[in-house]
Amino acid sequence: MDQLDVRGLSCPIPVIKTQKALEKGKLPLTVLGSGNTARQNVTRFASARGYAVEVSSETADEWTLVIKQG
Amino acid sequence: MVFTGIVIGALSVALVYFGNPGNMGMCIACFLRDITGSLGFHRANTVQYLRPELLGLSLGAFVAALAGKDFRSRGGSASFVRFLLGALMMVGALVFLGCPLRDILRMSGGDLNAVVGFAGFIGGVLFGVFFLKQGFNLGPARSDNISPLGGYLFIFGVLALLALLFFRIDFNPAGGGPLFFSKEGPGSMHAAVGIALAAGLVVGFLAQKTRMCLSGGFRDYFLIRENGLLIAYGFIFLTAMALNMYFGFFHLGFEGQPIAHTKHLFNFLGLFLVGQTAVLLGGCPLRQIVLGSEGDMDAAVAVLGMIFGAGVAHNFMLASSPKGTTLFGEVAVVLGILVVSLIAWAYREVD
Repeated sequence: MDQLDVRGLSCPIPVIKTQKALEKGKLPLTVLGSGNTARQNVTRFASARGYAVEVSSETADEWTLVIKQG
Repeated sequence: MVFTGIVIGALSVALVYFGNPGNMGMCIACFLRDITGSLGFHRANTVQYLRPELLGLSLGAFVAALAGKDFRSRGGSASFVRFLLGALMMVGALVFLGCPLRDILRMSGGDLNAVVGFAGFIGGVLFGVFFLKQGFNLGPARSDNISPLGGYLFIFGVLALLALLFFRIDFNPAGGGPLFFSKEGPGSMHAAVGIALAAGLVVGFLAQKTRMCLSGGFRDYFLIRENGLLIAYGFIFLTAMALNMYFGFFHLGFEGQPIAHTKHLFNFLGLFLVGQTAVLLGGCPLRQIVLGSEGDMDAAVAVLGMIFGAGVAHNFMLASSPKGTTLFGEVAVVLGILVVSLIAWAYREVD
């Protein structure tokens, strides 16, 4: 599975990197990131584009999302 | 978003009603500049006041971040570049005479110069978005694993300023200060401390919850067609305009607007510079204060950069006044746009 690391990046860079990876057909895609804002923005972006988004793990600092074909 | 817009719009006009300068119920750049002056870091004696609005705003955002578990101590992403971008953002704002939030408030008061600035701001944001698409990235911040203390230091600083405001310590009575408090001009016009502090707390709380940011609003619209933040600013504008009309503050035109000038080119370029820097920094002046209050040390550095920029802008006569721009200010804005363009170009991440 393709993995994208956006930990520590401020918005909107996590969303842009996710967008670029999805446009290259990387599916399913695991996105590793930090912070609530980035998690919500990536989730909202992928859902709006019709993908299914699952939170696969979450700690106080970091999260992992799996984006799949919706 | 609608609720937030209405509350912030209403509070902004209320602050003018209670004594703030015209169309300046809320202005992050102007208020930081006033605080810079009050501390004696610039000597323009008409714009010196320890603005409680900003201190409240920061504390409100801090409380909201703690309540929403958004507080995270982090930092270490191109700090010096962010400091410089913050300084240039302030120079752009002080040549225009306001931050993006005040631009909206100026338009709601009928100031057409602000419409020119608004166009420049959108241009600057489009510039930033272009470079974001090219892979612009100042690099990742690290979560502070050793100690979360760093994230709280910004709030400690705000609390220290609040203490200075309440005790009004005069560090150098023979020199008249610091602290300096303007006796005339915009710095002397202010709502009562309690009102300003309370309004700031509410605005800060809401701004943290909704992630209010005008550059972020346009950026997200251009990048991914999201318009939530723009709706909030739309309601700030509509609410403030309705109340400005009700209180008789609304005057349509270019001439004679409160704390504004009519140099169209530099109203445009001033906010162009702000739009550019705001996108590269990840947020406009308001957002930098909010992020600084939720543990983002990179944003805290950008705020310090803005304070430095305010000092430079007034000491070296870059800041505009209602009489117009200065030659130094005009040159600084053009150079600033060039420097920011160079930074944007240099920090492209190639896939």
